[in-house]
Amino acid sequence: MMHRSEKVWLILSFGMIIGFMLIAGYQAFAFEMGPPSYGERIDPQKVDETPPFDKPGIKKIGENEYEVVMTLQVFSFTTSEIEVPAGSTVHFTLTSKDVVHGFQVAETNLNAMVVPGYVQKITQKFDKPGEYLVLCNEYCGAGHQMMSTTITVK
Amino acid sequence: METVIKQSGKTQAIKEKANKVMGISLEDAKLTKSYLSVAFLAILLGGILGLLQGLNRAGMFELPAWLNYYQVLTAHGLLLVVVLSAFFTIGYFYAGLSHTLGGLLPKVRKMAWIGFWMKIFGFVLAVIPILMNEASVMYTFYPPMAASPIFYIGLVFIVLGVWMCAFGAFINVASWRKRNPGQHIPILSFFATGVFVLLFFGSIPVAIEVFTIIPWAFGWVETINVMVARTLFWAFGHTLVNIWYLTAVSAWYVIVPKVIGGRRWNDLLTRIVVIALVIMNITGGFHHQIIDPGISEPVKYMHVFMSLAIGFPSLMTAYAMFAVFERTARRKGGKGLVGWYKKLPWGDVRFLAPFIAMAAFIPAGAGGIAQTTNQLNQVVHNTMWVVGHFHLTLGMSVVMTFFGLSYWLIPYVSKRVLTPQINKLGVIQTIIWTLGMIIMSGAMHWVGLLGSPRRTSYSTYFDNATALSWDPYLFFLAIGGTLLMIGVLMQVYAVFYLMFFAPKGNTEFPIAEVEEDEAPTPRWTERWGLWVVCMIVLVGMAYVIPLVDFIVNAPPGSPPYKTW
Repeated sequence: MMHRSEKVWLILSFGMIIGFMLIAGYQAFAFEMGPPSYGERIDPQKVDETPPFDKPGIKKIGENEYEVVMTLQVFSFTTSEIEVPAGSTVHFTLTSKDVVHGFQVAETNLNAMVVPGYVQKITQKFDKPGEYLVLCNEYCGAGHQMMSTTITVK
Repeated sequence: METVIKQSGKTQAIKEKANKVMGISLEDAKLTKSYLSVAFLAILLGGILGLLQGLNRAGMFELPAWLNYYQVLTAHGLLLVVVLSAFFTIGYFYAGLSHTLGGLLPKVRKMAWIGFWMKIFGFVLAVIPILMNEASVMYTFYPPMAASPIFYIGLVFIVLGVWMCAFGAFINVASWRKRNPGQHIPILSFFATGVFVLLFFGSIPVAIEVFTIIPWAFGWVETINVMVARTLFWAFGHTLVNIWYLTAVSAWYVIVPKVIGGRRWNDLLTRIVVIALVIMNITGGFHHQIIDPGISEPVKYMHVFMSLAIGFPSLMTAYAMFAVFERTARRKGGKGLVGWYKKLPWGDVRFLAPFIAMAAFIPAGAGGIAQTTNQLNQVVHNTMWVVGHFHLTLGMSVVMTFFGLSYWLIPYVSKRVLTPQINKLGVIQTIIWTLGMIIMSGAMHWVGLLGSPRRTSYSTYFDNATALSWDPYLFFLAIGGTLLMIGVLMQVYAVFYLMFFAPKGNTEFPIAEVEEDEAPTPRWTERWGLWVVCMIVLVGMAYVIPLVDFIVNAPPGSPPYKTW
């Protein structure tokens, strides 16, 4: 029924898929490279009075380490136009005040869905100086193509 | 699903013979013709809308206020993802059921017609609010964006129409099995059974989702559980993708070998591929939620494995196809390690189009495996890369297979023949389509890696340097889209010429036979009840944990928003 070449092919195919799983799993669980999965719940209609979102902003929490609390709403990011020194690690804490938004920073691996009712967290180290474009990558309405801000790394 | 068989076995046997010799009955032919007409009108409309998007995204064309980008995109998605795929799949498989099972039962034909009009009615209901800018919510309609309730009611009718067709197929297959005890379901009907099982079970989650949305959209319920809705949507969303993929695969296994004058791949392995795809498919939808909040990493990781597992039957298919080509070509005197390729009928559009479609699945499938791998998804999620990916899978692998099928399927149901001129037109169309898709999809993949987002009308983000650097790549969307528009016009012309104007004659329904020395296929492949149980168990394993978590530990829900 099966030729030897087919068996070889299927073993290689199976090996490739398992290889993907092993490498991705090792990186995700040993180096914490897994996708953003934070799951704290929040009342989406009371974001403004719920800490930490009652005071969105950027806070220095250590040597070259910052925490950014940010709300996403049509069609803007609050805190916007962030500035950090090169080499900083930035922890973002995000939630949405209305519909589903995306939080994406071009030229980095920052990419997370921000869903109303849930707090999302994602971290990135910024080594290269420059102006990074932050944008919403989940269609959120008429002004979706305007929803952007910047992160300046000096 | 028992049916009363009004005809005695003998008259049925005579009918089946007549069906094979005379071709399709006029009533069955009319059904398929109607379904295919709608499918190709959908591609005409959807293609025009796609061109508008391509031109807009390249920054060359401003859409008027009364027809904005997001309306166009919603309609483009619905027309091609729902209407084209469903109507072609049903039209093609119903012709296949009719051909391989000795004609459709009158009751089944009636069900397919009821399904046809339900889907049309549902589609019209869904389109009205889109045109009125009351439903610019995309094909995914994620809550808490709320469209007009009419839009969702339209979707309900589309789903019900699909279910009618699914049950019609089940009844026809069950009746054939009763009349032919101990026999295997003919291979094309086996594929059809798999597709309709997936269509039925895959659309249950979205039906549940829509039934929770409707009262909320009307304002009878104040809030909605956003994550439950999203998860139910994707339990359906990716199954739909694999339904049209499985439809294309059926043509690769069953039709194409006959077109090139060969025999089909091992029957048992073919059926295993169908069974594997049916069992594993619904759980694959979760990979659309890899960077969602509120789902733990181990659960996501389990889902990544379930998604990647779907790649395995596709890799089996890749081997099978090239093995069939080589075997056939060598029998025709092909020589050398790869020199045999010269013996394949490259000038025959019925082979060329599906062949390029298969070849396209090599990068398309590889891209799919890469982007579904946990943290790799984070790099490309919701960027243009993904749009590039599904324009390779759906726009090349599936749609080009559909095109290739149309060159014999439409003459077959119209009792006409494919002329050399239309064959030549088809070859040129195939080349134009291929070039258009390579240019467009290639640019989409590239610019997506640079960070350009999907589902976004042209934007420089206030003249941001990064965004401006994407423009040269986006320009290729306009070029590719223009080529594709030419391809659509050629294809639609060919379809309607073959339907109404081509010379009368008999066209064969090409179904390849197995190799002569093949061992009989074991009986266990026929146990559809068991496959459905396996599928449900797997769906349970995948979805019980996250869904229960979303329901039990739900945050306060979201009210409806109209943000456009």
